[in-house]
Amino acid sequence: MLDTQTTTTADGRTIGGTVLDLRNITLRFGGVEAIKNISFDIREGEIRAIIGPNGAGKSSMLNVISGFYIPQEGEVWFRGAPRPPMKPYQVAQQGIARTFQNIALFEGMSVLDNVMTGRLGYMSSNLFAQGLWWGRAAREEVENREAVERVIDFLEIQAIRKTPVGRLPYGLKKRVELARALAAEPKLLLLDEPMAGMNVEEKEDMSRFILDVNDEFGTTIALIEHDMGVVMDLSDRVVVMDYGRKIGDGTPDEVRSNQDVIDAYLGVAHD
Amino acid sequence: MTDTALRTIPQFLDRNATAFAGSAAYREKEFGIWQEWTWARAKADIEELALGLIAEGIEIGEHIAVIGRNRPQLYMAMVAAQCAGAIPVPLYQDAVGEEIAYVLGHCAAKFVIAADQEQVDKVLEVRDQIEGLRHVVYLDGRGLRKYDHSAMSSMEALQERGRSADRAELDRRRAQQTGATTCVMLYTSGTTGRPKGVVLSHDNIVETSKASSTFDGLRQTDEVLAYLPMAWVGDFIFSIGQAMVTGFCVNCPESEHTIMHDLREIGPTYYFAPPRVFETQLTNVMIRMEDAGAFKKKLFHSAMAHAKMIGPKLLDGEDVGLGDRLRYKLNELLVFGPLKNTLGLSRVRVGYTAGEAIGPELFDFYRSIGINLKQLYGQTEASVFITQQKDNEVRSDTVGTPTPGVELKIAPSGEVFYRSPGTFQEYYNNPESTASTKDPEGWVATGDAGFIEEATGHLRIIDRAKDVGKMADGALFAPKFVENKLKFFPEIYEAVVFGAGKDRCVAFLNIDLTAVGNWAERNNIAYASYQELAGHPRVIETMRSHVAAVNKSVAEDEMLSGCQIHRFLVLHKQLDADDEEMTRTQKVKRRTIEAKYADLIAGLYDGSDEVYTETEVTYEDGRKGAIRATLQMVDAEVVPTLGKVLEAAE
Repeated sequence: MLDTQTTTTADGRTIGGTVLDLRNITLRFGGVEAIKNISFDIREGEIRAIIGPNGAGKSSMLNVISGFYIPQEGEVWFRGAPRPPMKPYQVAQQGIARTFQNIALFEGMSVLDNVMTGRLGYMSSNLFAQGLWWGRAAREEVENREAVERVIDFLEIQAIRKTPVGRLPYGLKKRVELARALAAEPKLLLLDEPMAGMNVEEKEDMSRFILDVNDEFGTTIALIEHDMGVVMDLSDRVVVMDYGRKIGDGTPDEVRSNQDVIDAYLGVAHD
Repeated sequence: MTDTALRTIPQFLDRNATAFAGSAAYREKEFGIWQEWTWARAKADIEELALGLIAEGIEIGEHIAVIGRNRPQLYMAMVAAQCAGAIPVPLYQDAVGEEIAYVLGHCAAKFVIAADQEQVDKVLEVRDQIEGLRHVVYLDGRGLRKYDHSAMSSMEALQERGRSADRAELDRRRAQQTGATTCVMLYTSGTTGRPKGVVLSHDNIVETSKASSTFDGLRQTDEVLAYLPMAWVGDFIFSIGQAMVTGFCVNCPESEHTIMHDLREIGPTYYFAPPRVFETQLTNVMIRMEDAGAFKKKLFHSAMAHAKMIGPKLLDGEDVGLGDRLRYKLNELLVFGPLKNTLGLSRVRVGYTAGEAIGPELFDFYRSIGINLKQLYGQTEASVFITQQKDNEVRSDTVGTPTPGVELKIAPSGEVFYRSPGTFQEYYNNPESTASTKDPEGWVATGDAGFIEEATGHLRIIDRAKDVGKMADGALFAPKFVENKLKFFPEIYEAVVFGAGKDRCVAFLNIDLTAVGNWAERNNIAYASYQELAGHPRVIETMRSHVAAVNKSVAEDEMLSGCQIHRFLVLHKQLDADDEEMTRTQKVKRRTIEAKYADLIAGLYDGSDEVYTETEVTYEDGRKGAIRATLQMVDAEVVPTLGKVLEAAE
């Protein structure tokens, strides 16, 4: 039975019912069990963090959600129905967008063109019409450009609009990647270490953007992050993974006082 | 109404909405496109806002603070405040909480119009300290959804409210307004003490704008780029005063990071920039030329050498031989044209710089490539204009002749006094300061020491009157005179010279990170921080040679030869307004620096080789930290002057 109850957070946001429900997921690569029988859910409008030490299986989990990996066992329930195995582009069409841990942008293309690729799902005119800038293709490009410009404005990257991505510093590339994901107007946004390798100021900026995205567009966000301070400040609920297992799940305060989590982070001997 | 009968900014708005209804009043780049407000639409928007303000309960004579970056809606909000009978008070957008609290409290602001969440947060943070603040209006609602809206609304909501309001009250209030009505209150940047609220009437602004627009032949078709702080009087005169009186279009950049790009797209015809902006542009050009191929480099340098001789003459309309004329034209086609286009200055008909002295090299560079760059001298209390340079009387070492309508006199003490239609009404709630600055006949003390050149009638400014002092031996001490010479070197960003009451002068230097950083890169010098670069032996050696060059030039001046720098140091941090070492308009606060770095000054005088120091710094979010450094005290080469030589001989 799906939970459809809505709650209101202390800061006045509404958290809706379950959007994505992961049930007993197990993922293996050959003999290696990357994810061991994990279940958790993501509710509409919340910021859900997945944390854990290196190699805990966090990115694999995100790849399961985005449809890039198909788990050997378990089911992914999306909006109240089990989701059949899908190609990543089909998952994207369902309103799930993501960013990558090691930035995956088109280095030679401008920021604008990169962000435009996030709109591909909204374009239906064929290659030939697009090449000739003719009829529906022209109209579509104008509409989509407008949507992209709103994202550029939102993430304050106007000054680098025409700059090739390859020339940008790391922190800005991360922001461009977020822009591309946002351009798809996702319902569920998956962020794989959005703050890795950033300095304090860049982290503060990125945190503000994540909160603003959630607040302005009501986008549900699932994020993986190493910076504990950031995770605890941003998220509504946190899943903690260690060696492919789930060792904690709850609000930041609950997770912080969980002995298993403390052990995993401070390090104890594994049998 | 004929133009001469128009006395207030709202009256000019009405005229423009009729006479230039379809022409652009404001433009702003948003979502990658230049969005335009015609004069007709601007008037409609402004009236709705004014009605909204009245409906929200603003009373005649109350203050409305406006804070944010240059955006058409904020300019319109200021005019709307005027229409509603209130007084707009623009604030510096980078001001921190305390500064905002002081100003809002001082003028007892009832409303604040803030650009975005960042500015709203700063206001809310100090809200408890400000009695009578009733309402906050914001322009960009992003991130503000969850805020308590009981005393806050969006600008759209305010406008919406105005749309359904009865306009009788607005008409009644507007009918009461005359030239004597207060137009705006602007806070001085305050190099000493607390900022003061300068009250300017519509007559002040309108008359000054008219005189200066006529002086330079400004036209309705002119374009300006509004990118300087809205709280600064210059921006108010250019973007509201002259724009309303002349009817030209005010263009607002997309963001603070896109200014240079937007400048290129707009190609303003009337352009103002402080010397620092011109300097940065030139530094960037020079850095990029260093990267160019040998042929281009040669072409550029030969064209520039020729232009230095011919360009200024052409601008002044002097006779130039046909050969030179043709060569200049060719260079224009190959070099200057594209260069000006890159800088966004192709269409500049009238360009001004002011605020600080501009180096002759820098000034000549822009004039040689055919940009009509001139200097003006002004201050908030004068509604900007005191003196301006006429088109064919431009020089780097004077600030020109009085603007039409302005009278000048030099007091026996050397201080410059003026009287003009733009002379301010008073310092708000500060009769003592008003009385000590403006005498009953209307003469205002500028606080600057200067003299009028007999031959040309041009005014020359020496320094701030209160900074001009005497050294121990009675010689004249004018720190700015020396600092300016130092700052003309691109590697030196800022300089502070000390020496009043002492037997010799010493100086603090700030390196220019762009110029020195580029130099370091070219010379394979690795550095991890500003501090490390500033303390690098080769950087210090360069500074030593610059100081020696300045000393040589200072020694040539009979009056000021005593101001040569005997020892100096390169500071480990950039002087910053957040640390209260500079004003928001980037002028050094001498007294603060003197007190804060007393240990360093002592070290320079007592002959130590190095001094260890800890300095408190304020980060942009208001947190404080400390940086530690051991600074090297450097001896500079000094040119013996005649007086000293005689002394030594005795």
